[in-house]
Amino acid sequence: MTTIEPETSGASATAAAAPGAAPADAPRTTPAERPSDGEHLLSTRDVSVLYGDNRALKPTTLDFDAGTVTALIGPSGCGKSTFLRCINMMNREIPHCRVEGHIWYGGVDVNAPDTDLYEVRRRIGMVFQQPNPFNKSIYDNIAFAPRRHGVKGRKQLDQLVEESLRGAALWDEVKDDLHKSGRALSGGQQQRLCIARTLALHPDVILMDEPCSALDPIATLAIEQTVRDIVATGICVIIVTHNMEQAARVSDRTAFFYLGEMVETGPTAHLMKMPKDQRLSDYLTGRFS
Amino acid sequence: MTRSDKAATNAADAAPRAGAQTGATRAASAMDADTAASMARRARRSDHVATGVLAVLVGVVCLLTVAMVVYILASGGTKMLDWSFLTSNPSDGGIGPEIFNSFYLLFLTLLISLPLSLGAAIFLTQYAPSGPVTTCIKTIIEVLSSLPSIVVGLFGFLVFVIKFGWQFSIIAGACALTMFNLPIMVRVIQQALEAVPRGQRDAGLAMGLTRWETTIHVLIPSAIPAIVTGVILSAGRVFGEAAALIYTAGQSAPAIDFTNFDITSASCPWNVFRPAETLAVHIWKLNSESVVTDAAAISAGTAAFLVACILVFNILARIIGRALEKKVTAA
Ligand SMILES: Nc1ncnc2c1ncn2[C@@H]1O[C@H](COP(=O)(O)OP(=O)(O)O)[C@@H](O)[C@H]1O
Ligand SMILES: [Mg+2]
Repeated sequence: MTTIEPETSGASATAAAAPGAAPADAPRTTPAERPSDGEHLLSTRDVSVLYGDNRALKPTTLDFDAGTVTALIGPSGCGKSTFLRCINMMNREIPHCRVEGHIWYGGVDVNAPDTDLYEVRRRIGMVFQQPNPFNKSIYDNIAFAPRRHGVKGRKQLDQLVEESLRGAALWDEVKDDLHKSGRALSGGQQQRLCIARTLALHPDVILMDEPCSALDPIATLAIEQTVRDIVATGICVIIVTHNMEQAARVSDRTAFFYLGEMVETGPTAHLMKMPKDQRLSDYLTGRFS
Repeated sequence: MTRSDKAATNAADAAPRAGAQTGATRAASAMDADTAASMARRARRSDHVATGVLAVLVGVVCLLTVAMVVYILASGGTKMLDWSFLTSNPSDGGIGPEIFNSFYLLFLTLLISLPLSLGAAIFLTQYAPSGPVTTCIKTIIEVLSSLPSIVVGLFGFLVFVIKFGWQFSIIAGACALTMFNLPIMVRVIQQALEAVPRGQRDAGLAMGLTRWETTIHVLIPSAIPAIVTGVILSAGRVFGEAAALIYTAGQSAPAIDFTNFDITSASCPWNVFRPAETLAVHIWKLNSESVVTDAAAISAGTAAFLVACILVFNILARIIGRALEKKVTAA
């Protein structure tokens, strides 16, 4: 029985965790078909994006699993951010932007018109390129959204703030002045505060759009370490980066985008060692930026 | 690198290209270098001249303004500091009711126009789909903001005073002033909201908050210093407005009695249906149909008081705006 079954459920998750495994990456579901529950945490099926009449992203099919980091790489302007913004429907905030295809998450299609946007965004957090803490204290930066979502009680909030800051490896640095403005922190700390703020909503997925591009190398390493720590708790991280070393250091799987097309995907180590597509190998060898 | 160095390098860069074609050699580039140097000198000189001209212009404008303010304050200063002038009725040569009317009218105007303009600005910046309708609304607001105030006043007269039967009244005046004030306030709040970095809004939305929650809890707190400053400055404009009020709030200031709390009575200060002449209208009336003997002195005193109030508004706007800014940016 095990011999005939070409791929069992969870195969790609194992492939992701073990970079040495064979590249078993052919999409196993036909495009519009809904993947069976429990197979992947998040699956996009033929997701494409139009800004007006300009198709910025061609149909993209990818799977993401809990407890893994997926890096989205590619030259700038190739649609990485555009793809990322589909997953939590931030593209809906951009006028003239239309998203097609299906994004399966927890048994629902995020891209369906009747999906509860707010519920989805609470469970799929996002960290932006520029650190953007609110004009509030460190404490309130974290407690703000949970409060709006109904978490009450000083004690509960205190606990949530501490737990989130610990999750983002910021607690020890700020525990004595939680009522200082979040804006008063250094860039790297601000970015970790933004991660902590996202963690406070107990998300399943965190989307990061070049979170280190505004930071120095040391702050960058701290963020990368934070990402690995977060993922160890079972969260799925999807991180956009234009830095190949970063992708290699931090990610389990990588997807390469080029000119609005998802060209190749696979376990990071494998993809970097043996790129199949010429465009990816050109990109890796730095033949175009 | 100084500016002249840069100019010289640019010219030197350009020289070989030109030289290669014509076959001209060192002489040409030497000449070019000379030209470049003289060009740089000329540029520096015209820069100096332009700066000088601007400084003189600004100086003249400042001087004129200061001279005007000083003149107004000086000619009415002694009168303004006379307590009985500030508290007595116009029949006794005072401006007591006018002072109260001006502040009360300002308060009512802000009470009406602040929520309206806040709502309009939030709608325009956060909800309105960008399209012809929104563009049209924005244009209308701009047009409204340049409407002559006498037109607003006469419109208010026809609609509020005649059509609605409110007579010359504070409420008619407040409505006219709202029309006059609304476009400016909408613009100010809109600009304040738009000045909040986009990342703030995105961060709120990305955490599953509604646009409304994001606006109220993230954008408005960030924009509040600019909003408060703008509102106080617009309050100064409203406070000094006369033309829009002459035919709406009226030109008479019946004596008011602060012990009277019957809001239907004409002498109750809070009655919004009583006619109420303001300071600015009072000045206008004194100078156009003066019946009192010392009209000139009263007018000067009133003007001094009005200018002093507006100065205070402006200073307050700065102080409060800065204090809020500090409070907001460093909790
Ligand atoms: N808000 C937008 N409106 C119109 N076009 C956009 C918008 N955002 C991105 N694009 C276009 O979509 C393409 C992909 O952009 P983006 O996803 O930001 O690339 P990346 O993140 O990979 O650098 C680019 O050609 C860009 O011009
Ligand atoms: Mg991008």
